[in-house]
Amino acid sequence: MLGQIAYALPFLAQGFALTLWVSLLVVVLSLIAGVILGVGLVYGPAPLRWAVRIFSDTIRGIPILVLIFFVYYGLPAVGVHLQSFWAAVLALTLFKTAQVVEYLRGAVASIPKGQSEAAMAIGLTFRQRLAYVIFPQAFRRFLPPWINGVTDAVKGSALVSLLGITDLMQAINQVIGRTYEAMPLYILGALLYFAINYALSLASRRLERSFAFIRE
Amino acid sequence: MATSSSDSAALLDIAEVSKSFGSVEVLRSVSLQVAKGEVVTVIGPSGSGKTTLLRCVNFLESYDSGSIRIDGKEVGFRDGGQRQRRSERDLASMRAETGMVFQSFNLFPHLTAAGNIMLGLTKVRGKSKSEARAIAEHWLGRVGLAHKADSLPAELSGGQQQRVGIARAVAMEPKILLLDEITSALDPELVGEVLAVVKSLAEDGMTMVMVTHEMAFARDASSRIVFMADGGVSAVGPPRDVLAAETTNERLRSFLARFRASHF
Repeated sequence: MLGQIAYALPFLAQGFALTLWVSLLVVVLSLIAGVILGVGLVYGPAPLRWAVRIFSDTIRGIPILVLIFFVYYGLPAVGVHLQSFWAAVLALTLFKTAQVVEYLRGAVASIPKGQSEAAMAIGLTFRQRLAYVIFPQAFRRFLPPWINGVTDAVKGSALVSLLGITDLMQAINQVIGRTYEAMPLYILGALLYFAINYALSLASRRLERSFAFIRE
Repeated sequence: MATSSSDSAALLDIAEVSKSFGSVEVLRSVSLQVAKGEVVTVIGPSGSGKTTLLRCVNFLESYDSGSIRIDGKEVGFRDGGQRQRRSERDLASMRAETGMVFQSFNLFPHLTAAGNIMLGLTKVRGKSKSEARAIAEHWLGRVGLAHKADSLPAELSGGQQQRVGIARAVAMEPKILLLDEITSALDPELVGEVLAVVKSLAEDGMTMVMVTHEMAFARDASSRIVFMADGGVSAVGPPRDVLAAETTNERLRSFLARFRASHF
């Protein structure tokens, strides 16, 4: 039994690498898109605010699995054909982006209005106010929910196996299909997912401590 | 158009400024000129528009009509009479010409006392870090906080925070300093140290417009006092005239009477 599993390890490692790769793409892309849209939601003109609001509320109201199938099986109907890998990344990114928008809005809204006004009063431009006054303070509130969201993204990435992509989940299922060793392999899979997320939460705790400059 | 042709002595020229919040008219055709080096104190009951007027001067609030000029330059709108709001960049550089000190201090909690002062100097004035640090230390010394340069706001008392707030504003070398009820959030025993700083700035010739409830200080430190009521200027003049007990201005008299009862 162990011999069979050992034999499958390189294959599982590839799946693990793909899980990391999908998660990384989704986390980075959703962070960029989410912060841009979040700033639009807080500071943008009314039409932009409405557009972001509708996007965020809609996406968050749809199960992530439906979103994945919609992007992969639904979009071809309107002429958009994506490889299964990119369809999965797009769907997960949309989902995460909507969450990042909310985290950012919440974090920025928690900064008192007087901070913006003081920054304006010394002559900082909008971008400077965000960069030097608002974001450094909002970051501390943004971080904990965002890290939670990142671990969700890692776990949620297992859904891409449903499009036939050989991520960790799919690799495990395939090895089980050959070896019928369900229990040890699922335990191994669970440990690997756990290892990623535990490392993430350790890193975030350390990061949070180093940003504990405001005593409240 | 940009250079003031009429009253060249007025550094700040507020002309017939009106503003409404919805159906409430908070400023009714307010006019006020402030000359270089003058200290003008705005008093009046709450809701009379004092703070709003001050916030219009650096365009933290927009106004509906009239004009506000500093050194002949319209503050919030482009020159040319179209009432077109200035660009973000333009507004920022206009605001850098006025300093503001807030009732709630509004220090940046993630920066040290020196860091608070250096931010505008480096990012707006383009000074190097070491230059900015030297200026910050100079002003912290002026407000008696040289030893607190590396303290975070949370480590300072209210009075110390407000003195850093003043240092942050004046370090930018503004043409005008706006003081918005800067002692109202302070414990009574801390008011004096802040007012002493304001007084020393006044003696240095800093042009100031301040809103305050400290009548004794207004009387001693102001060149002129403006009494606002219901969004308009109800009385203006030297302290001894405006604060005179025998004024014929009914509103002013009842305002002062209430103040004497509780403060003097």
